[in-house]
Amino acid sequence: MTGKGKRETGKVLLEVRDLHASVEGREILKGVDLTVRTGEVHAIMGPNGSGKSTLAQVLAGHPAYSVTAGQVLYEGKDLLAMAPEERAREGVFLAFQYPVAIRGITNAYFLRAAVNAIRKHKGVEELGPVEFMDALEAKLTAIGWDSSYLTRPVNDGFSGGEKKRNEILQLAVLDPKLAILDETDSGLDIDALKTVAQTVDKLRRPDNATVLVTHYYRILTHIQPDLVHVLAAGRIVKSGGKDLALELEEKGYDWLRTEPAVA
Amino acid sequence: MSSGIEAQVLQPYKYGFVTDIESETVPPGLSEDVIRLISQKKGEPAWMLEWRLKAYRNWQKMPEPHWANVQYGPVDYQAISYYAAPKQRPKLDSLDQVDPKLLETFEKLGIPLEERKRLAGVAVDAVFDSVSVATTFREELKKHGVIFCAISEAIREYPDLVQQYLGSVVPYNDNFFAALNSAVFTDGSFVYVPKGVRCPMELSTYFRINAESTGQFERTLIVADEGSHVSYLEGCSAPVRDENQLHAAVVELVALDHATIKYSTIQNWYPGDEEGRGGIYNFVTKRGACRGRASKISWTQVETGSAITWKYPGCILQGDDSIGEFYSVAVTNQRQQADTGTKMIHMGKNTRSTIVSKGISAGRGQNTYRGLVKILKGAEQARNYSQCDSMLIGDRCGAHTFPYIDVRNSTAIMEHEASTSKIGEDQIFYAKQRGLSAEDAVSMIVNGFCKEVFKELPMEFAVEAQRLLGISLEGSVG
Repeated sequence: MTGKGKRETGKVLLEVRDLHASVEGREILKGVDLTVRTGEVHAIMGPNGSGKSTLAQVLAGHPAYSVTAGQVLYEGKDLLAMAPEERAREGVFLAFQYPVAIRGITNAYFLRAAVNAIRKHKGVEELGPVEFMDALEAKLTAIGWDSSYLTRPVNDGFSGGEKKRNEILQLAVLDPKLAILDETDSGLDIDALKTVAQTVDKLRRPDNATVLVTHYYRILTHIQPDLVHVLAAGRIVKSGGKDLALELEEKGYDWLRTEPAVA
Repeated sequence: MSSGIEAQVLQPYKYGFVTDIESETVPPGLSEDVIRLISQKKGEPAWMLEWRLKAYRNWQKMPEPHWANVQYGPVDYQAISYYAAPKQRPKLDSLDQVDPKLLETFEKLGIPLEERKRLAGVAVDAVFDSVSVATTFREELKKHGVIFCAISEAIREYPDLVQQYLGSVVPYNDNFFAALNSAVFTDGSFVYVPKGVRCPMELSTYFRINAESTGQFERTLIVADEGSHVSYLEGCSAPVRDENQLHAAVVELVALDHATIKYSTIQNWYPGDEEGRGGIYNFVTKRGACRGRASKISWTQVETGSAITWKYPGCILQGDDSIGEFYSVAVTNQRQQADTGTKMIHMGKNTRSTIVSKGISAGRGQNTYRGLVKILKGAEQARNYSQCDSMLIGDRCGAHTFPYIDVRNSTAIMEHEASTSKIGEDQIFYAKQRGLSAEDAVSMIVNGFCKEVFKELPMEFAVEAQRLLGISLEGSVG
């Protein structure tokens, strides 16, 4: 059972209350409310410029955004008071819309540094290179990927699609409690999208949750969301089940702009 | 993070301690008498003294060079002491007679000299102020015919070899600082690798400045005879002091037919404090002559210390098919200034040179790459590839590049690539989002940037170099 229709049984993992955030003095989020329970997959959809990526970045703690009002609780703790690296170590993962390249550092090295930073935080013994590679190979096999990504420098010289895949590889290895995927589906061809979506779906467990930020219905044909939210002009204006995504696919977003906000 | 990627909370220099040891120092000042005294203390033959005096007389007529892109106040050459040595000079043959304080000092610096603790596969010459205090693995090396000893000893023991090669690459009147060094040099290392011998271990010299108000003027000479191969590494450090101390070294390398010399430097002299007080003036002349056919000289340097660095390790590619290489990482943090690069002089046919320079600037550091590639008339089919990359951390530092290219043979092929990048908030945020601290993120990004150079270092020292880079940039990111 991967959590479908079992909302009530999950614990509240993330609670966003009346979140306002701005960048360079411009308010982008104007009162977002969102509750994510373990075992759930949420899709956040919406037109360009509605604040979807801002929400993802604010949850991860990007320094360019400032929170002006509201509250975010993660496992009952004040997420906004935590430094970005602390959030990561506590199990919050953001798959970046535009992953950043690090020249001269292999994926394997980067991943091990990340895994060990998290292990150290948890008070678990850090992994040596050999142990780590063994653990990694197992993960790769489990998700059906080969190891060619590991020896390449982090996102350096990667195509757009490869970068997105690489984010998902990191997701699989770091195994967070809360995964936020910021438009991971854009820039992927149909086959790559399918692989990525299937990987994300395989990682679903009753004790973790996923927030998918997306423009398109397409990815949701591979990953069944429990809830679909529409973000428009910095607020969630409508929430519903999977059918809402289908409706959006057919009707676009314009019809929602006339509806009153569900604050 | 809002105020930018550079909180100036600095990690203190880790090698800044002073060894409390009685030392014999000549009074400050420079004159022919002082030079005679140094020569006498070293027990040198007459030709050596004559050479020193010739250099001194030339030096007196030379102006101090000021073309480098660095700024510093006038140096008072009469206020410097030109000789300092720990008292009771130990016999070089037995470590039992070395002052335990000296052994302890080198141990603290990570250079254990005692037999049981020695680095496997690395022979070390330890130089403390003006004298060499110990050279390890000498007997082992002798079995292979390799001479590795203090240069002062070589002048006494192997005068013919020294006389043949000393000053043959860097003449006594080459430049202001080289002339000064030729007049007053005190110690340094001498290496001779005989024909066809592949030196069985890494050779290294560790230079430690300890005494106050002294200058360090070491001289190193490495001769690789036909078909031989040697890898040599130097390291250095100095105590924290408010005064600026002068270090003017000369290194000469000679590679004969089919010989290879690999020379690596990890330079970590005291860089001064965040206000720019104190620190070493590192004014160094390093040059190698690829005299023989198909000979090769490769310079690798990791420069993290010194208040001011002025150094251009170069290669004179005389022999046909000879190869010169220069791999450099130079870091300037706080108020450090570096003007460093290389000279590749192509004389022989089919000569090739490669230059890879990585400059990293943080704090208010100023980092200049200055390089000359010269292809002379007879250098048919010469090739050069140069790559100069600069990385900026924060917005108060500077990176400058001055490549000089002088081609006098139309068959030459020259390539030059340059880039400047900035460690961005996005890169650091990305790494933080994966759980890494800002410090680890910067260290990783910088190490990735320097990878092409680090891979040229002997394996035993590559890790040390990475660690050192992490330390010198600690606190440069907020």
